[in-house]
Amino acid sequence: MNPRDKKDEDRDDETEYSPFYGIEKGAVLQDSRVFNDPQLDARRCAQVITKLLYLLNQGETFTKTEATEVFFAVTKLFQSKDVGLRRMVYLMIKEISPSSDEVIIVTSSLMKDMNSKTDLYRANAIRVLCKITDSALLGQIERYLKQAVVDKNVVVASAALVSGIHLLQTNPDIVRRWSNEVQEAVHSKAPLVQFHALALLHQIRQNDRLAVSKLVTSLTRGAIRSPLAQCLLIRYTSQVIHESSNGQGDRPFYDFLESCLRHKAEMVIFEAARAITEMRGVTSRELSPAITVLQLFLSSSKPVLRFAAVRTLNKVAMTHPLAVTNCNIDMESLISDQNRSIATLAITTLLKTGNESSVDRLMKQITNFMSDIADEFKIVVVEAIRSLCLKFPQKYRTLMNFLSNILREEGGFDYKKAIVDSILILIREIPDAKESGLSHLCEFIEDCEFTYLSTQILHLLGNEGPKTQDPSKYIRFIYNRVILENATVRASAVSALAKFGSVVEYLRPRILVLLRRCLYDNDDEVRDRATLYLKVLDEEQVAKKYLLEDVGVPLENLESSLRAYTSGYQLDESFDITSVPRDVKGPSAQDKKLAPGKKPQEVSGRGLENGVPAAGAGAQEAYVSLLSSIPEFAQLGKLFKSSPPVELTEAETEYSVNVVKHIFPAHIVFQFNCTNTIAEQLLENVSVIMELTEGDEFAEEATIPLKSLPCGAPGQTFVLMSRPENACAFGKFSNTLKFRVKEVDPSTGEADEDGYDDEYSLEDATVTANDYVLQVAVPNFRNAWEVMGPTFSKGDEWTLGVRDNLNEAVQAVINVLGMQPCEGTENVPSNARSHTCLLSGLFIGYVQVLVRLSFGIDPQKQVAMKLTVRAENQAVCDMIHEVIGNA
Amino acid sequence: MVSARKPVSAPLVKNILLLDSEGKRVAVKYYCDEWATQQSKLAFEKSVFTKTHRTNARAEAEIGMFDGYIIVYKFVSDLLFYVTGGEDENELILSTVLQAFFDAVGLLLRNNVVEKRTVLENLDLILLCLDELVDGGIILETDANVVASRVAMRGADADLPLSEQTISQALATAKETLARSLLK
Repeated sequence: MNPRDKKDEDRDDETEYSPFYGIEKGAVLQDSRVFNDPQLDARRCAQVITKLLYLLNQGETFTKTEATEVFFAVTKLFQSKDVGLRRMVYLMIKEISPSSDEVIIVTSSLMKDMNSKTDLYRANAIRVLCKITDSALLGQIERYLKQAVVDKNVVVASAALVSGIHLLQTNPDIVRRWSNEVQEAVHSKAPLVQFHALALLHQIRQNDRLAVSKLVTSLTRGAIRSPLAQCLLIRYTSQVIHESSNGQGDRPFYDFLESCLRHKAEMVIFEAARAITEMRGVTSRELSPAITVLQLFLSSSKPVLRFAAVRTLNKVAMTHPLAVTNCNIDMESLISDQNRSIATLAITTLLKTGNESSVDRLMKQITNFMSDIADEFKIVVVEAIRSLCLKFPQKYRTLMNFLSNILREEGGFDYKKAIVDSILILIREIPDAKESGLSHLCEFIEDCEFTYLSTQILHLLGNEGPKTQDPSKYIRFIYNRVILENATVRASAVSALAKFGSVVEYLRPRILVLLRRCLYDNDDEVRDRATLYLKVLDEEQVAKKYLLEDVGVPLENLESSLRAYTSGYQLDESFDITSVPRDVKGPSAQDKKLAPGKKPQEVSGRGLENGVPAAGAGAQEAYVSLLSSIPEFAQLGKLFKSSPPVELTEAETEYSVNVVKHIFPAHIVFQFNCTNTIAEQLLENVSVIMELTEGDEFAEEATIPLKSLPCGAPGQTFVLMSRPENACAFGKFSNTLKFRVKEVDPSTGEADEDGYDDEYSLEDATVTANDYVLQVAVPNFRNAWEVMGPTFSKGDEWTLGVRDNLNEAVQAVINVLGMQPCEGTENVPSNARSHTCLLSGLFIGYVQVLVRLSFGIDPQKQVAMKLTVRAENQAVCDMIHEVIGNA
Repeated sequence: MVSARKPVSAPLVKNILLLDSEGKRVAVKYYCDEWATQQSKLAFEKSVFTKTHRTNARAEAEIGMFDGYIIVYKFVSDLLFYVTGGEDENELILSTVLQAFFDAVGLLLRNNVVEKRTVLENLDLILLCLDELVDGGIILETDANVVASRVAMRGADADLPLSEQTISQALATAKETLARSLLK
């Protein structure tokens, strides 16, 4: 805020008394010297702290020196025995968040308070310590925290549990050791302790599905008293339902959810109702009790309840419109709700559940409603009307009229764009609506202030207009644009005219006249287009090609290829449009890197989202282009296979890393896709150290570190290993992420000059048989088998031990080999006693391999397998058997 | 196959705002880093204010969904109380937090009218109230009486000499109010 503004504001406030009137940072910092007085005036000190907190709260910032000085002064206040002052000191320390080397000053005072007789001191000291502490210090106080979790005092227990929830993000190992105490706290009599304990316990166990399931099973029997904890339990239960249900039969725990609908707390009832509506594949029978309670909420006197209910029903209406129709009468009365969010949700729900006969009545109600709601709500309504129109195409006249009426009213760009988009979609989807839609749009561009929308509509007129009954009526609208609009719109109007000229023969002479007039336009682009079209309209075939056919490649790709071409040095060769990739790429990683404050990176993602392209053939291509951009990998030869990414970190850790293995004839490139999720850190010189723990045929040749890895922008680092040519070398590697950490100031985004080296251990990576095999199906397995012949083959019998059923055994073997099952033989009929499975694939060196597996299961569930391999060389046959032997 | 699903989380409060009738900050607390800069915080407050200040949220708490956040709010005299949560949050939980905040402020201001002037005069209590209500987004307590008594550090000063002039003594009346409200 600049000083003048501040003054003006102060003057406004003059009539109004404020204890902070005319407050200045400098003066308050001066005042904070009273903290150093030998005789502390507790009251005055508390006032100064309040002033400091006021400044912070208003967005004032302290420089590092100022913050340090205040912090040191505040620590002196621990000498005072005043309770109120101590409470303010706790808050101040948290707000100022001292740096790690300063924390040490208050640790002993806080630890003393943590052992105080006064429970409120203990609780606050725990919260402050856990907020400012680092992991080394945490080790020292861990014992106290663990005890505090089961403290008989509610404040203390909650403080420890909530701190545990926060600490779990940074020091998971320490918090996990409290499991037993937390478990005990779940059964506390105090509602909030129970809530905090349950939240922490679930977070500790969240990656262990079985443990979560056990937790839910034991608690749904009715151990929970607190409504908040009950809400948590409902969330965890629906997670278990989601993970276990296969969409058939009785759902586990549904009865529990249903019983929560009769809980006395509204938040629990709602949480349960919402959970039921969100179940996958929910049936109308299961839905019905949830809908009933939501319907009751609709007529509540509390807006919050009405909103919650109508929002949930709105979502249900998308998938189960019939289930919601019972609520229609209540919904209709909500259209006049004071709260416009509720009214909008009610309208859009009605639009989703309404039937054809109610459309007209509904539209009448909406027309009154539209005038007094904000644009963002109008957009929601427009979108709902669009889907309604697609559902009942016969009603297009009413709905199209409605859209064109609101198009003429006042509104911002986003709102108008939503309407135009809707009309465009309706024109495309409902042939009958085309002519009326086009004329509405023609009227709209007569008086449209948005260039983007005008050009979009002109483009559409150019494409669709010539195909209508009477194309000539559109010419006037389009040519008006040429006379009246800005250059961008004029240019697209010229293009639209030319399209009419090329398609509609009898209009061509008149179009040529109009285009000739455009030659005198004062804008280059408009003149250029007119010149080009005049030329091509002379030759019908050329005109059609230029004007009506698509270029055949995505425009972004064409643009980037042209850019590359014009910035290169081979301009004497003409540009080859066939070299433009045809895959549509996701938002490129490069765009992300151009975000402000982030330096462009050495190794570019080249259109790979997070370094992992979408699956399919495009994936391989994207990898090839990524790898070929790195000089070290230029000589590796043809890429044989890239594995799907394998996660090397658990979900939600500080750094997330996955690895993609690229198999080359005599090398493997390990591509580590790294993401840094800590906003306060910039990682530099990131690399992965791989140590071979099993196998001996690999030799490391190069490591390509990643220069810098800011938070949120994924980057890649690579390790190149060599191995004997065309050999299937297996191995296991232990991996460590090495990097230099630089602290980033979150307010400025600037990184510290100095950093420190750090490591982060990752999970092991393995190279196994299925990395060396491509899944390639053969059209006719029997034929291929005969053609291959028994020249190189090997058969043997294996026992696979006890399995639940044959299907499990078959899937296990397919996974180990990584080959393509043929002729649907991967599906085992249930209860089958024997089964034959056929597999094919190409091994490294492009060696074709066919495998025939015969399985049998005896009454004791022992599975035996006969494995016969035919391949183009004996080594591969032997290898397949070796793989099975080692599995 | 199990489809992707958002990780299950405890109810989280994204921020609590207390603004005046012109949309200016009285006291605010952000519990998450979705608004990293001062500008983005002010922009959020402004946007919330412009979208809500004309509504009548005096008798009952009102609610809206703006910019992908659920916001519950309640007004009294020249003060606007807001609690923000994520898009998928249980609206009723947020409104419980709002009510606790609202009631606790009323209790802490004792017999005074709840308005901007008294709130600023007792800003220390308001800031402590926010601190006792939510910790880093996790709801700490939802009972306004408990929040108010923790802010007042009730029961912590038993061993204090009477001669000391303290703000905890200034809170004595607050405790009376509490006692009264408990006796009702």
